[in-house]
Amino acid sequence: MSSFLTRRLIQSLILLWIVSMIGFALLHLTPGGPLSQFANTPGMSDEDLTRLAEQMGLNRPLPVQYLEWFGRLLTGDWGRSYRDQSPVLYVIGSRLGATLQLMITATLIAVIVGGFVGVVGAVRRYSFFDQFVTIGAMVALSIPTFWFGLVVIYVFSVKLGWLPPGNISPVGNESFIVFVHHLIGPSMVLGLVTTAIWSRFMRSSMLDVINQDYVRTARAKGLSERIVLVRHVLRNALLPMITIAGLEVPTLLSGALVTETVFTWPGMGRLFLDSIGYRDYPVVMGLLTFTAILVIIGNLLADILYVVADPRIRLQ
Amino acid sequence: MTPQPTTASADGPPLLEVRDLTVEFRGQTGKVAAVNGVSFDVRPGETLALVGESGSGKSVTSLAIMRLIQRAGGNRVGGSIRLRRRSGDTVDLLAVSEDEIREIRGTEIAMVFQEPMTSLNPVHTIGAQVAEGIVFHRRVSRKAALAEAVELLDLVGIPEPQRRIRNFPHQLSGGMRQRAMIAVALACKPNLLIADEPTTALDVTIQAQILELLQGLQRQTGMSIVFITHNLGVVAEVADRVLVMYAGRIVEEAGVVPLFGRPLMPYTQGLLRSVPRLDMMSGAHEELEAIPGNVPDPTAMPAGCAFHPRCAHFRPSLCDTAVPGLEPADPEHSVRCARWRDVAAGVPA
Repeated sequence: MSSFLTRRLIQSLILLWIVSMIGFALLHLTPGGPLSQFANTPGMSDEDLTRLAEQMGLNRPLPVQYLEWFGRLLTGDWGRSYRDQSPVLYVIGSRLGATLQLMITATLIAVIVGGFVGVVGAVRRYSFFDQFVTIGAMVALSIPTFWFGLVVIYVFSVKLGWLPPGNISPVGNESFIVFVHHLIGPSMVLGLVTTAIWSRFMRSSMLDVINQDYVRTARAKGLSERIVLVRHVLRNALLPMITIAGLEVPTLLSGALVTETVFTWPGMGRLFLDSIGYRDYPVVMGLLTFTAILVIIGNLLADILYVVADPRIRLQ
Repeated sequence: MTPQPTTASADGPPLLEVRDLTVEFRGQTGKVAAVNGVSFDVRPGETLALVGESGSGKSVTSLAIMRLIQRAGGNRVGGSIRLRRRSGDTVDLLAVSEDEIREIRGTEIAMVFQEPMTSLNPVHTIGAQVAEGIVFHRRVSRKAALAEAVELLDLVGIPEPQRRIRNFPHQLSGGMRQRAMIAVALACKPNLLIADEPTTALDVTIQAQILELLQGLQRQTGMSIVFITHNLGVVAEVADRVLVMYAGRIVEEAGVVPLFGRPLMPYTQGLLRSVPRLDMMSGAHEELEAIPGNVPDPTAMPAGCAFHPRCAHFRPSLCDTAVPGLEPADPEHSVRCARWRDVAAGVPA
C-alpha cells in the first residue's frame, strides 16, 4: 500500500507540473495583461508602465517567469494577488469553504437521488418509471447549467418566491437555516448533471450485476429479494461507482464555476472568473493548481476506497 | 441421519413429481419452447441424471424446479411441479406463494451451479456465504451460523475450515470453490439437491473428487440428487435412473443399467457411441462416431420427431409428421421413437 501511494504521489506531482505549465502558457496567451488595468489611469506614462512591469517581473521571458513561479510554489509561496496584495493561499482559503459546501451538497443529491433512481430503474427495467427517468436524465444532461440556473431563479425566486435568488446569506443573518435555504438553489443546479450521470451509471452497473451467477446463487438460497438486492447486487454494483465518483470531481468543479456565477455564490468558481477578468495571474494560477490538486486527491481517494471495498484487489 | 443405500427403492411416493412442464421464452422472433411437456418423478434418496446436449432444456428444467425463471417479459412456465414437503404436505412449486417458495429454496431444495468461479459472490467471505442461508432460514445468530459453516466446510472436505471461512472466493482453487458451493447448498440440509453440471468446469481429477463427495454426502443424508450433465461417463458413475432430453423433450427414460445396456432411442445410441472407449484403441483406424448435424434451432423445430433430420433410422411420412409419444418399452424403460421396436430388434437403418 505504501509503495502504491508513493508511486501515485510521484505520478501526481508530474501531472501537476504539466497542468501548471499548460495553464501558465494559456493564461499568458490571452490578450491583455495585468498592466492593462493601469494603462487607462490618467497620468500614467509609458515609463510608469515599464517600471511597473519590471516591479512585477512581467518583462522577463515567459519560461523564466514560469520557473520562478513554480520554484516559489514548491517552497509554499503561492504569491500575492495583484488586486489587493493578499496572499493567494489566503484568498483561495477564504473561498474554499463555500465551494466545498456546494460541491458536497450536490454530490449528496447525486448519490442519493441518482443512486435511488438508478437502482429502481434497474430493478424495474423498462417500466414506466425507468423510461421516464431515462428520458429525464437525457434532458438533464442536455440542459446548459447557466440556463438551468436562470430558470431556477426565475421560477423559484421570482415567480414563486420560495428561494433566495443568490448569495450565501444576507448580511447580519448567518444562521444555519438561512444558509441551507440559500444552498438549495445552487446545489440543485450544480447537482443536476451529476445526478443524471450517476443514475445512468448506477442503472447499468446494477444491470451488469443482476445477471451474475452469484445473484442466482443468492436467490437459490431462498433469501428475500431485499437481501439479494442489497447484499449481493447493490454491494457489487457500487464498486465501479467509486471510480465514477472520483471522476465527477472535475465535473463538479467546472460546474461550480458557472453555478457560483449565476447564484453569486462566494466560492472559488466566482473567484476564478473574477480573477481572470482582472488578469490576476497569481490567483488564477493558484486556483488552477489548487483545483488540479483537488482532482488528483479525488481520484487517489477513489483508488484507495476501491482497494478497501473490493477484496480481489490487493496492492503489493 | 441414518445412512441409506445410494440406490433408491422404486416404491414409496416420489419426492418430486414434475408433470407436463413447459417453459416458453419470448424472444425477438416469437415464442420459443425451451422445455416441452416434460414429466418425471424424483424418488427419495435416488440420483436422477438429466442428460442432453446444450440447448436440450435440462438446465431450464432445473431452474423451473427452483422457480428461478423470470416470468416477466412474456416467459411462461406451465404444468405442475409437486414437492412432498418435510411436513408431509404436497405443494405445487409453480403455484405456491413467493414466501413459501423462498422457504423451500435452500431448506428443502438446493442447487449447485456449473461455474464455481462465478457462482460465489466475490466480495463476501466463504464463511459469510455459507452462513447466510442458515441465518436467514433458521434465525440463528451469525456466530452460531459461522460455527456451522466451519463444520460444513469440513464436511465437504475443505482443509483448515476455521481459516477458510475468512477467505474470499478468489483465494480458493476451482475445486475448493465447488466444494464451498456444495457447502452453501447443503447449509440447510435439503431433501433434494439439483446439481447443474457441477463438474464441467473442473479438471478431470477434481471432477472425480467432487462426484465422490456428492455420493458420500448422499449416503450420509439420504437426499435425492438431480444430476444435470452432458457427460455420460459421469452418468454411469453416479446415476440410478437417467432421463435423456432432446430439444426440450424427454426422449428416453430408464435405469442406468438398461439405458447403457440396451438404449432404444437412436439419439441415446448416438450419444453412447460418441463416448471414447479404451478398447477402441486396439482397432486399427476406428474413428469416434459423432451424431451428424446439430441440435435444431428452437425457433425452427423440425416437424414430427425433432431428431429425425439427424437420425439414421428416419422414415419419411412416419417420423416427420407427428411427435411420437413416450412409450413404455418395459415398466422401467420408456422411449419416444416411432421406430423403437425396429431399433430394438436390430433392423438395420
